[in-house]
Amino acid sequence: MAKRVGIEVSAAIGEAAKLANVDVVAAYPITPQTHIVEHLSELVANGELDAAYIPVESEHSAMSACLGASAVGARAFTATAGQGLELMHEVLYVASSMRLPLVMAVANRSLSAPLSVWGDHSDAMAVRDTGWIQIFAENGQEVVDNVLCGFRIAEDQRVLLPVMIHLDGFHLTHMIEPIYMPEQSEVDQFIPPYQYPLPLDPDKPVTMGAFGPPIIYSETKKAQEVNLRAAKGVILECWDKFGGIFGRYYHPVGCYRCEEAKALLLTMGSFSETAMAAIDKMREEGKDVGLIRLRLWRPFPFEEIRQAVKNAEVLIVVDRAVSFGGPGGPVCSEVRSALYDEDKKPKVIGIVSGLGGRDITVAAFEVIVNRGIEISQTGSEQEFEILGVRE
Amino acid sequence: MVKSESELTWKDLEIGSIVVEPGSASQYQTGGWRSQRPIFDNSKCNKCGLCYIFCPDGCIGQDTEGYFKVDLFYCKGCGICASECRREAITMVEEKE
Repeated sequence: MAKRVGIEVSAAIGEAAKLANVDVVAAYPITPQTHIVEHLSELVANGELDAAYIPVESEHSAMSACLGASAVGARAFTATAGQGLELMHEVLYVASSMRLPLVMAVANRSLSAPLSVWGDHSDAMAVRDTGWIQIFAENGQEVVDNVLCGFRIAEDQRVLLPVMIHLDGFHLTHMIEPIYMPEQSEVDQFIPPYQYPLPLDPDKPVTMGAFGPPIIYSETKKAQEVNLRAAKGVILECWDKFGGIFGRYYHPVGCYRCEEAKALLLTMGSFSETAMAAIDKMREEGKDVGLIRLRLWRPFPFEEIRQAVKNAEVLIVVDRAVSFGGPGGPVCSEVRSALYDEDKKPKVIGIVSGLGGRDITVAAFEVIVNRGIEISQTGSEQEFEILGVRE
Repeated sequence: MVKSESELTWKDLEIGSIVVEPGSASQYQTGGWRSQRPIFDNSKCNKCGLCYIFCPDGCIGQDTEGYFKVDLFYCKGCGICASECRREAITMVEEKE
């Protein structure tokens, strides 16, 4: 029976990686991810986790070491944040293109300049197209559960793709939460042993990441795209299986008080919990509002989004990242694009807020919903609006 | 029958486009963009082997008499062999087609 313990979310991630019995951790500390790898290095140093801990000189090397480990058939884990994720950027593509099933926790952090260690989704959005499966967690329990699910999904022979678990820097990483930590025996049953079909092996040599001239490159990318898209079926299957064992069910898109809602708010990550409180308050005041919580970011859950919002009149998408000079935040762009060809769809309003660690309070979410409804009626002079900013 | 690269569809590729056949790079023609080719004059050659040593592509070999010759499937026409040959036995000539 799982025990519920009070634990910092970062430490809980380390414990989850330990429960997943990882073989290799290669990581470089960066705020606000540091406590995750600190805890893992302690577990290894204390002999509680039988793994190689590689203290590399940069995040570029962290990702490189992890993919090398994964290629020989080891289970590898790492974590990073913000600038660190950017520094490993080019290697992220290599991991997914070579189909290496790593799991990485990303403590979402804003990007310089100005220097900010605080949270938003700028780092996550910059790696949107790297070919990784990407899941956004709302709280510590979701992070732990999805690190475990992450390994099962990534290593499934039908998938073999790396998985990123996004969690908000500070808002989640530094919180002490009551978290159900599963028993080792339960996890051992849930995550089968890792078996890479074509590992690096001197007795049976293969070439990974070979040269791909124009005659073959398009074929490799088509195969990669088809594979990532098809991974959704396995993700759903895994979440279903996880729910059956552990009693906590996850869905690509969560609907909160969406019934009969004329205006819907859409959020990703931990701010969804504050948004729920705002929706509760507005519902009590008799307003027809609801909340869509987007959990699966890649592969994008097109059908689920279309179904969830089709009866609403307005959909207000809150992004915690800016696409400078573009159509709005990345989440808003994608949601709007997913709905474009639908006959029955809400008007999509893009709002950017909560940048660089600035909170979006319950009151601020109310302002966002009200302004979104107003824009849907009167229009806006801008493609999207940044709210919670001093004018 | 193994398909050649130009026949492979995206469904034929191994996971992660892994190459399972050792040494398959030898099938890749690197001589395709050559604009000049080396011509060997065996009457000047003393079989010293400098051309063989300096060739960055490793595409110079020896014939049965020990004279050096080039494999034009790989030769990129860089001209290093001609430049290094002490006896001026190698000349670079324009590729006509």
